[in-house]
Amino acid sequence: MEHLLSAGDLSRTDAVRILDTAAELAATQGREIKKLPTLRGRTVVNLFFEDSTRTRISFETAAKRLSADVINFAAKGSSVSKGESLKDTALTLQAMGADAVVIRHHASGAPHLLASSGWLQAAVVNAGDGTHQHPTQALLDAYTLRRHLVGPQPLGQDLAGLRVAIVGDVLHSRVARSNVDLLHTLGARVTLVAPPTLLPVGVETWPCEVSYHLDEVLAQGLDAVMMLRVQRERMSSAGGGFFPSPLEYSRRYGLDARRLAALPSHAVVLHPGPMNRGLEISATAADSSRSVIVEQVANGVAVRMAVLYLLLAGGRREDVS
Amino acid sequence: MTEYLLRGARPLGGEPVDVRISGGVIVALGTGLSDDGAHVVDAQDHVLLPGLVDLHTHLREPGREDAETVASGTRAAALGGFTAVHAMANTNPVADTAGVVEQVFHLGRRAGWVDVFPVGAVSIGLEGERLAELGAMADSEARVRVFSDDGKCVWDPVLMRRALEYVKAFDGVIAQHAQEPRLTEHAQMHEGVVSAQIGLAGWPAVAEEAIIARDVLLAEHVGSRLHVCHLSTAGSVEIVRWAKGRGIDVTAEVTPHHLLLTDELARGYDARFKVNPPLRTQADVEAVRAGLADGTIDIVATDHAPHPVEDKDCEWAAAAFGMTGRETALSVVQHAMVETGLLDWEGVARVLSTAPARIGRVEDRHGRPIAVGEPATLTLVDPAARRTVDPRTQATASPNTPYFDRELPGRVVATFLRGRPTVLDGAPVEQEGASA
Repeated sequence: MEHLLSAGDLSRTDAVRILDTAAELAATQGREIKKLPTLRGRTVVNLFFEDSTRTRISFETAAKRLSADVINFAAKGSSVSKGESLKDTALTLQAMGADAVVIRHHASGAPHLLASSGWLQAAVVNAGDGTHQHPTQALLDAYTLRRHLVGPQPLGQDLAGLRVAIVGDVLHSRVARSNVDLLHTLGARVTLVAPPTLLPVGVETWPCEVSYHLDEVLAQGLDAVMMLRVQRERMSSAGGGFFPSPLEYSRRYGLDARRLAALPSHAVVLHPGPMNRGLEISATAADSSRSVIVEQVANGVAVRMAVLYLLLAGGRREDVS
Repeated sequence: MTEYLLRGARPLGGEPVDVRISGGVIVALGTGLSDDGAHVVDAQDHVLLPGLVDLHTHLREPGREDAETVASGTRAAALGGFTAVHAMANTNPVADTAGVVEQVFHLGRRAGWVDVFPVGAVSIGLEGERLAELGAMADSEARVRVFSDDGKCVWDPVLMRRALEYVKAFDGVIAQHAQEPRLTEHAQMHEGVVSAQIGLAGWPAVAEEAIIARDVLLAEHVGSRLHVCHLSTAGSVEIVRWAKGRGIDVTAEVTPHHLLLTDELARGYDARFKVNPPLRTQADVEAVRAGLADGTIDIVATDHAPHPVEDKDCEWAAAAFGMTGRETALSVVQHAMVETGLLDWEGVARVLSTAPARIGRVEDRHGRPIAVGEPATLTLVDPAARRTVDPRTQATASPNTPYFDRELPGRVVATFLRGRPTVLDGAPVEQEGASA
């Protein structure tokens, strides 16, 4: 593994290895002194063209726990707004000797460009690009699902046979794309649930099922339901007019108390955050004992530690790619 | 003026003959012609075509001389076998007045590589609100007959109707860039399986087809002439076929890249494959090839759209739309149409010379028969040659060819504009000052 650009690039072996590594690293995080010396002297750059405090802090924490030097590069204003071009930014980072670049960008494909252009030698980690991919989110979701639903010895295991619904704005969601790829690779059965306006043309070729009806999917018996953030502005005409009103959306696709109660007792509720309480998820669901949303955040650090570790300390070995 | 003898050329791919050129015209055709006093061009196994006519191209001057100039663009055209190009109006300033079209016309004359026929804008500033002074452009020295807001769609149905009607007074044609603007806001590539996976905003086929359907009905209603630019989808081919069957006066063009490339190429996010209309699917490629073969699509035009490196060497969403194609058009047509058996060389002459000359109303000078007494405006091509495309060796000032590192068949050996070679032995023949 040279870069992590798309969840679709990961084989089952790659993915399970990352999850297992994350579990091993997480076990060290209960100690009083959490810092490991593994990446001492290595430089990780967080290159964020889009605001995302949560993801940036998660990567920063992960890198610091591994003793890497972390540089936060908030590059708001890219070539799109006639600032510095991605190329010049990349050349600058190369000159500074970055070992890994964690990139968040509003343009789909920007991490791919960074990795394939020859502008820099660093390992590239996609921390979310446009409406394309967010692979570490999918990995932390898979890690969370495995912890709760595969046991008692999850190491080495995949997610074979689990039934997962992903509900919400699939069209604009890099989280949905990444999760469909990874969960499928790990053997889970995924159903996307959304109003037809929020599903991309071409979704029928994805390795998952698609439904317009949340209640029908809930009735099939799920192991997990993942709620996606829905931006309120999507309902306005200027925002695309994808649905008539927030109220109609939550009536048809929101995880309210009634739907929460319809889940089997072992099922868990996920959300990549930040949540719109009262729109796609009710406070009852978000704060219930089924919710693993806060735990997802903690798991995010472990998974990102694993990714950085495998890319920078162990990942150049043939057996990992 | 030097006389030339093309020895053993095959007119339209037919039996070899010698062709003698003198005083700007073909003076003799036959076997074993004397080469007395003539510069002999060895044309064994070479195909002789009427000079190619590009009805849709961007020369970028005035305004974007960093991307292309009339001089560099027309030199590239000559090397691609063209003897005439229609330069689109989306320059800066926009070619929406007699003054700008005459400027472009004169820049073309001064360069002397090909005849430059400026296309006039339909609306002032391409804004789609008020008709530009189409009559003044038609009556100008540039004698404009093709009008287009290319780059933008004439979306307002009333404005489109008025334009179609108005140009009847001087036998003009409206060349429509068919793109429903609301359906294509922020669009980056063809909407389908690939766009869904790689997360780029989609440009649906229906956004092109809906406008073409409306426009053919408008053209029928007012009895006007419509030309559809860069048709790219299977559905568009169906609509044009239906319209022609009904007797509507519509013509259509396809670009070389839509005859060969598909949206699969977007997967690497290499913005050299970003173009408008976007590359479509293999099924669309098959449909436009079939449409070109059966005459539903009348012509191939390059939509050569040069952009400097920095406009392509960036994130896909930030990159400019467009690709170059003047120096590769004939090769792509040979590869996609001739070598697949869909078109013979007579068909190539039709789609790249005769038909575009007729649509642009320059058929008195271009797209002429290869016969004694006709102007010696000719293209000689070696179909057996093969070459690997390298943007660094092209004459266009911009490197955004989508065919980089690709091997293509055919090579333009010579281009003649009214008896004067602009290209000989595959190399440009520099002119002494102005001419033509």
